[in-house]
Formats: sequence, structure tokens, C-alpha cells
Amino acid sequence: MSAIVAAAGAIVAAAGPSAYWYLTRSSGAVALVLLTLALVLGVVDVRRWSTEKWPRFVVDSLHRNVSLLALAFLGLHILTAVLDSFAPISLVDAVIPFTGSYRPLWLGLGALSFDLMLAVILTSLLRRQVGHATWRAIHWLAYASWPIALLHGLGTGSDVKSTWMMAICVACLLAVIAAVLVRVAAGWPEQLARRGAALGGAGIFTLGLVLWLPSGPLGKEWARRSGTPSTLLPHSTSHSSSSGEASRRR
Amino acid sequence: MSERLRVNPIACEAHGMCAELLPERITLDEWGYPILDERPLPPDLVSHAQRAAQACPTFALLVERERARR
Amino acid sequence: MSANMSTTEMEPPMSTGPAPAAGLPRLLEGVPAQGAMGLQAHIDIHGALPEASRRDRRGAAALIDQIEQAGLGGRGGANFPMAKKMRTVAAGRGKPIVVVNATEGEPASLKDRTLLETLPHLVLDGAGLAARAIGAEEAILCVCESAGVALERAASAIGERTRLPGRWPRVVLSSAPQGYVAGHESALVSHLNGGAPKPTFAPPMPFERGVRRRPTLVNNAETLAHVALIARNGPRWFRELGLTDQPGSTLVTLSGPLSYPGVYEVEYGASLSSLLDAAGGTTSRVRAALFGGYAGTWVDGRALPSLALSNAHLGPHGATLGAGVVLLLSEDACPVAETTRVTRWLAGQSAGQCGPCVHGLDALATTLEQVCAGAAAKGAGKRVEQLAALVSRRGACSHPDGTARFAMSAVDVFSEEFADHAHHGACDACARPSELPLPARTPAATAV
Repeated sequence: MSAIVAAAGAIVAAAGPSAYWYLTRSSGAVALVLLTLALVLGVVDVRRWSTEKWPRFVVDSLHRNVSLLALAFLGLHILTAVLDSFAPISLVDAVIPFTGSYRPLWLGLGALSFDLMLAVILTSLLRRQVGHATWRAIHWLAYASWPIALLHGLGTGSDVKSTWMMAICVACLLAVIAAVLVRVAAGWPEQLARRGAALGGAGIFTLGLVLWLPSGPLGKEWARRSGTPSTLLPHSTSHSSSSGEASRRR
Repeated sequence: MSERLRVNPIACEAHGMCAELLPERITLDEWGYPILDERPLPPDLVSHAQRAAQACPTFALLVERERARR
Repeated sequence: MSANMSTTEMEPPMSTGPAPAAGLPRLLEGVPAQGAMGLQAHIDIHGALPEASRRDRRGAAALIDQIEQAGLGGRGGANFPMAKKMRTVAAGRGKPIVVVNATEGEPASLKDRTLLETLPHLVLDGAGLAARAIGAEEAILCVCESAGVALERAASAIGERTRLPGRWPRVVLSSAPQGYVAGHESALVSHLNGGAPKPTFAPPMPFERGVRRRPTLVNNAETLAHVALIARNGPRWFRELGLTDQPGSTLVTLSGPLSYPGVYEVEYGASLSSLLDAAGGTTSRVRAALFGGYAGTWVDGRALPSLALSNAHLGPHGATLGAGVVLLLSEDACPVAETTRVTRWLAGQSAGQCGPCVHGLDALATTLEQVCAGAAAKGAGKRVEQLAALVSRRGACSHPDGTARFAMSAVDVFSEEFADHAHHGACDACARPSELPLPARTPAATAV
């Protein structure tokens, strides 16, 4: 059995540009989509939306299961990133934020998002043990985990400049904004301050994102500016896009 | 050794999943709160009752073994 | 014998009615016209505390036996057998603790406040004896924070008792928030544990795990006052008054159109008429009487002359004495307006924790208000019945059940007046000042 796995690993490793690298990019994108779906379903759940064909217990189960599926793809995303030999990413970097050598800030955001997600999912699996109040308090972190994951994707991702990736990100962002609006509209009727803060936070994030993108990941020499180790950067400064990194591989 | 349904009315927030999963024994009142049939559960409904209890977001629904009365 | 009271709602003078029944007063013997009875006067009248029940374990067990033989039931409304309660707590895991419930959230009840204001040593004796008997070393005396005089006098009395020989269980005074449900057993325990003064879901029951997770004996103040006398005089003495299945005497708060409303001590089984005579008779014709307080039952005035004060006699009318509340409503009042107002108050007193109570009691009050104003939909009577059934036994405490009982019996006993209002709206009597007492300033039980 282990011989087969080793062989498969060797095949994957030899099919360069590393198949791990493609897998980590794609599983990352899928994870983002699933996370978005999980968040949207979470809002649908808490809003208690249901129809005859979509009873409450189905919406609730779907939310739980999509979250677990997102976690599975996240696991794949992390594993393949670690296994990929191009960028020096270790398993530790996936859980402890900002300590890595490859784009420490942007990768670190991914680790941070992952940590928050773990907290949310673990407390959910152990809901009976931790109690309802604790579970609920930690569950709010999901709203923090998502934007951090998006920033990670935009900061580390190799595909940010491609249309399909940008389309996915925009679609996910719009879905989350819509979900947040619905959630805020329904919650805390007496606490205008809280609702204002939530809307304000979402607005500031979106605005900041829109302002940052052109000079950030969509701008020149992002690979260098985001902290890619210089040994991995292309020599010529005219190759400043992420495809420059790809041409350096095996 | 029989099992019965019980609800913690303080924890209950009228999500209504219990009534979807065990309509034989749970109906919802006009405000969405569960009205339980308090008779002992027949064996074929016990697993459904347990599933309903698991699905409750606040763990308000309980499936209890018969307790000795005071 | 009646007792002097100091309340904002009722200010009666001392009774000058006919002589009380033989064997009475017991609790109210020697009750002072002003102030509280001091420790020495208390010992002079009732005798010193018996040695045996104070010291050893055999003595402690003997007290519980005596209470069992006496057939003492709780005076807080449920009439639960006291000895059984004590044994259950004593057998619990951990060191027991006693809670004396003198919060008296029932607006129409004054007996517990009266005991603390005039005869605090009876209650403190009982608390100490009960604590001893179950192996507790501490008793917490809970008084409503708005009962300033009672708090003051209880504190003085506790101070006096440091002179008592021998080691007595420590009594700690605690003020409890105002509120109808705040005085429920589990709500009181929750408050003492630092939580909200709201009922909690059982298990665990307070007698298993209550204050500080210890087995807790929660008793009405009057119940413990009876314990103080049973310990001195024995069970046979206790049973010389009252009935076989409801022995002894009890305090009743009698209010309404009377010459001398107030707190009276009666034996179980005494006729209501004799009590009304002792109170100097009624000052106007009585339309109906409410037994048990605002969680109790209305009984038509025509049935009153043949009524006796015991659960067995009141049972056929669907009523009990509850915490000894008898509230008369005059024929001059509008029973629809009065009961509707109280129902709305009761709905507002919900702890706000359980959906059926919050929604159901509000709907109940709204329906009655619509009937009262003549704006009700057809079938309002059926709606009241439906709501009463919907709220009963679906809350964490008995508050919705009590309100349902109150409203249903009102609609039943005052059916003519309700029908009249349904068709014609407000009547002349609606504008009269209210007869049924409600606290002047009630904090909202919760934001719904």
C-alpha cells in the first residue's frame, strides 16, 4: 500500500510544474467558495428560512456539512502547499501565523484564518461539552475568518490577476456582503451601535480592498513586495507577474 | 425502561427542527414552540427522537429515560 | 387575633371583633401592637428552646419525626409535607443549607412580612431548629428589598440572638429583588448563587443541588414559625387544631371590603364566615372571593357562606388556600376591569424565559382587554380557554399555570359581566379606583 502512495507521490512530484502547486491553488479556490457557501448558509440558518422542500433541519445540516467539506479542502490546500517544494512552506507555517519565510504576512493570514476556523469547527463538534454560550461566542469568529481568508488568497495567490480567479473572488465577496447585510438587518433591533459597527466594518473592508488591489496584488512586482524570498524571484524585473515564478520551476 | 420526550422551555428558541424530525410526537404551537406528546416513546421512534434532540441548536429537546418519581 | 401591618396598600387598625376560637392564637399570641417582640418577651410567652432538639443528632431526628407526626405542610402555597422535604435534603450530597423564603411576591399576601416585622424570633427559632435537624450550619433569610421595616427588624432580631446559649446555626440576612416569580424556589436559589432571580430548569432540584451546589431546604417563613412551636409543644398539641389531613393553624391575609382587613390566624376547617366576623364583617356586598392569590381561583359570592378554610372544602370549587390569601371583591367593582388589569400585570411579571409563557400570557391579557373594551372577536371565550391550555405546564415554573387558572376562573365566575362587556364595552364601574392590590412600582421582570 505504502509503495503505491510513494509511487503516486513521485508521479505527482515529477509532473511539474509541480502538481502539488496546481492542487494547492485549486483547492484554495474551492475552499474559498465552500467557505463562502458555509457563511451564506449560516445566515440562512440563523434567519430560520425554510420551505417545504428545504426544511430547517436540512438547511442546518447543509451548513454543518458544507463547513466540514470546506475544512477538508482546506486540509488538502495546506497539505499540498507544504508538499510542494517550490515555496518553503512548512506545516508549522500553516497553523502558526507570520512565522514563515514565504510571504510571511499573507501566508500568515491564511494560518490565522485556519486557526479561527478550527476554533469554530471544534467547538461546534463539541457543542454539548462546551455549552451553548461558549459555542455561540466563538462562532462569531467565523465572520472574521472569512475576510482574512480572502486577503490571504489575494496576497499569496498566484492566480489573482487572472479573470476567472478575480470573478470567483468578486462573486464570493458579493455573496458575503449580501449575507452580512441580511444578518445585520435582522439582528439586535435595540442596538443600533452594534449594527452600525458591523455594517461599517464590512463597508470599510470592502472599500479598503477595492483601493488596495490595484496597487497591491494587481500591481507591479507584487511577488517581491509581498515577501517572496529573493531566491525564488525571477532575475529580470520585467517579469514581475506571478507567471514569472512559474517559469522558474522545475 | 421507557424513554420520554422533555423540553427545556428556557433553552428552547422555537427553531422548530424537532417538529420536522419527529412529527409523530411534536407539533408546534402558534408561536413556533413545541407541544410534546408526553407518552412513552415506542421503540421504533426512539432513534428519530434522538436525532431530533441532536438537531436542536440549543439542546433544548431531551430524550429521557424514565426517572423514579419522588 | 389580627396583627398590625405597615404597608402602602392596606392600613388596618387592631381587630376588635369577636373573641378568637379556643386554642388560638398560637403564632400570633402576644403580637405587639407596635414594633417587634423582643427575644425575652418571646421566651416568656413561648418558653425557651427545648434542649434535646438543639443539641444532638438523636434530638435532630426526633424533631423531624415530630414534624412528621404533626403533619406540618408548607405554608408557601404548595402545602408540601415538611418532614419529607427535610429528610430529602438531609439525605442529599454535601452539607445542607437552609433558605427562609420571606420574599412574599404575592401582592395580596402580607403574612410573612408581618411575621418578620412583629414576631421575628418565631421565624428565626424555626430556621435554626430546621437547620440543626438536617445538619446545616447556615440559614439565609430572604426578604424582599422593598420591605424595609421587615429587613430592619429581622436584622435587629438576629443581633439579639447572639445572647442565646449554645451554638446556633448562623442566620444571614439577604435582600431579594422584587418580582412575582423572583420568590419561586429555584429563582431564589438562582439569585443566591449570583444569577438572575428567575426560575431555572430542573434537574437539579434545589433539594439536591441548590445554593452553592448544596442540598437546600427552601421554606416559607411561616412554616418555620410553626416548627418553632411544634418543637416546644409537640405534635399532639399541633393537631389539637385543624383537620386530620390538614392539621394545625395557619395565617391568612384577608383583604377587601372589610371593617378590619389584615393578617389573621385561623385553624384549618374554620368557616369563612367566622373569619369574616373576626374581621368585623364586610362593609359592602361581596361579589366573589379569590383564594390563593393571583395564581389562585375565584369563587362566587353566593357560595361563600357555606365555605370552610381548608383545601378539602375549597377543592370542589377548584380552589386552594395557597399561601393563605383570601381576597374579597365587592359588588361595586367591575370584575372584568379588575381581573383584566391583574392578568396584564401577571403577564408582565413573566421572567421572559419561556416562549409559551411570554407569548401566551400576553395573548391572554390582550384577549381580556379586548373583551373588556367591547372590541373582542367572536369566540373570545374559546380563545381564553385555548390559551389557558396552551400555556399550562409548558414553562419552567408554574407562573403561566397560575395566571391561566386566575383568568379562567374569572371568566367562569364573572361570565355575565364578561358577556356584558363583550357586547357593550366598558361599564360605569370600570372607572372606579381599583380594589385588587398591585405593587405601586413594579420593575419589569424582563425586557421581552
